[in-house]
Amino acid sequence: MTLADLTDILVGPFVEFGFMRRALAGCLALSLSAPPLGVFLMLRRMSLMSEAMSHAILPGAAAGFLVAGLSLPAMTLGGLVAGLAVALAAGLVTRSTVLKEDASLAAFYLISLAGGVFLVSLRGSQVDLLHILFGTVLALDDDALTLLGGIASLTLVALALLYRPLVIECVDPLFLRTVSRAGGPVHSAFLALVVVNLVGGFQALGTLLAVGLMLLPAITARFWAADLSGLIPVAMLVSMLSSVTGLLVSYHAGIRLPTGPAIVLAAGALYLVSMVVGPRGGLIHRLVRRRHLEA
Amino acid sequence: MSGAVSGGTAWAGAIRFRSLTLGYDRHPAVHHLDGIIAAGDLLAVVGPNGAGKSTLLKGIVGEIRPLDGTVEAGPRSGAVAYLPQAAEIDRSFPLSVLDLVAMGLWRPLGAWRSLTRQRARLIEALAAVGLTGFEDRPIGTLSGGQFQRALFARLILQDARIILLDEPFTGIDERTTGDLLALIRGWHREGRTVVAALHDLSQVRAHFPSTLVLARRPIAWGPTREVLTPSVLARALRLSEAWDEAAAICRHETHHEAHPTDGAGADGTHDHGHDHHDHHGHGHAHAHHGAVS
Repeated sequence: MTLADLTDILVGPFVEFGFMRRALAGCLALSLSAPPLGVFLMLRRMSLMSEAMSHAILPGAAAGFLVAGLSLPAMTLGGLVAGLAVALAAGLVTRSTVLKEDASLAAFYLISLAGGVFLVSLRGSQVDLLHILFGTVLALDDDALTLLGGIASLTLVALALLYRPLVIECVDPLFLRTVSRAGGPVHSAFLALVVVNLVGGFQALGTLLAVGLMLLPAITARFWAADLSGLIPVAMLVSMLSSVTGLLVSYHAGIRLPTGPAIVLAAGALYLVSMVVGPRGGLIHRLVRRRHLEA
Repeated sequence: MSGAVSGGTAWAGAIRFRSLTLGYDRHPAVHHLDGIIAAGDLLAVVGPNGAGKSTLLKGIVGEIRPLDGTVEAGPRSGAVAYLPQAAEIDRSFPLSVLDLVAMGLWRPLGAWRSLTRQRARLIEALAAVGLTGFEDRPIGTLSGGQFQRALFARLILQDARIILLDEPFTGIDERTTGDLLALIRGWHREGRTVVAALHDLSQVRAHFPSTLVLARRPIAWGPTREVLTPSVLARALRLSEAWDEAAAICRHETHHEAHPTDGAGADGTHDHGHDHHDHHGHGHAHAHHGAVS
């Protein structure tokens, strides 16, 4: 294989086709915003919470679809409203009753998910449901790209502003409560960012797979970096690499391989490889024991 | 803040309880506590398990809301620094010791102001607790004693007028305990109010000038050597731990509404020159001078 062949395989599709460039731009934007949130979710042992939230936005998106058909603004708005409502309601129940956050969130997302499936089945065929669940990364229009770019910008700025209280709230929530009232609002703002990213992600990857790009890179980064200043950039890189790989594999594959799942499968493959070879607690490093130090 | 009590420097750093009742599910864990912790006091709170020591500290810091009565810090006391017994700290979080200690600067720095110029201060606080060279270690790699030292460094940086410590030496070796006690004595010399829940009575006798014996109700409160008597301790043991599922509703009248200035300066053991001496001497535990209610 010559260098020209390689260039052809790696760069060709993006040079040749506008829809591939759009897909790449959208996925890279999502790769900047979703993985840092995934890092915090993972460190707070809330990884599965984003999965629950991805179900929670479904009825809103479905309601938007029922009202306006396959319209980006309607479905985005619906998803945002439903997701934020579930996040806020769960937070409220957690703070004012005996339920822990996971339990109250589980209750609300199940209600929300059932409502969403019900709404979708009221009208629309199976194909429409698949569209909502798995997205259409190869059909991102200008509006969708603007949305993804806006979400990425908003997320990065908001994370920079929230960073310190968010870290303290993760490590020692009681301490934050004694020195400041920021804890509650910071937590809510963080959940809102998760919702916004899932809503943005479902344009490209669908509700189910948006979670994949949020969490898999973050979990993968744990095998490569020790602290936040390493985890966040590594997670972004893994996410970008998965996006490019997924797009290319799905383009070149002989069989019809849907792009959204291809991207998440690429992230999954990177996770499995990192689990084996990663220097921070990966399998090989655990098996090959180096001699301990003197002190 | 009621503002019912006149200001004056002696009030900043003082803590006043008025018929304070704290508890869980309506069952009181601290029952009708009245009195004042004077500014600059170094007070040990002792009592058997379940006597309400931790609950009292949580009540002061505002972590739980009173079932009845009030607790208030004097005006201009500033923030209260609180070291809980079992800190909810996630020690698996990838954070360096320096970053943990830097949390103590939240008050002056908030969410956005730069930490880089504070590095010398952070290192100094770590040196004061004997953790020089530990700056960049992840918190997950510290031993229990080292971690407690780091939390004390954070307390130093909080620079609070009132410091609450809940069983700070549980599971901590003698040398570390000695070092941390020296820090506490330093805070006392600086005029800070320190309240510590403790169970080691010899430690209390050696280092704490005043003591509150708690068994839900205050059993005795005053200078340590007058308070820590065998009879008081035996009484405390007898009175605590009674959890009566079918307990009747408490009909105890709260007095503070009737006497807005009551209790101010009623504290005879600490002569801090309050102007208020209009103590009404009502029925319950203003248990100063080691008196038993």
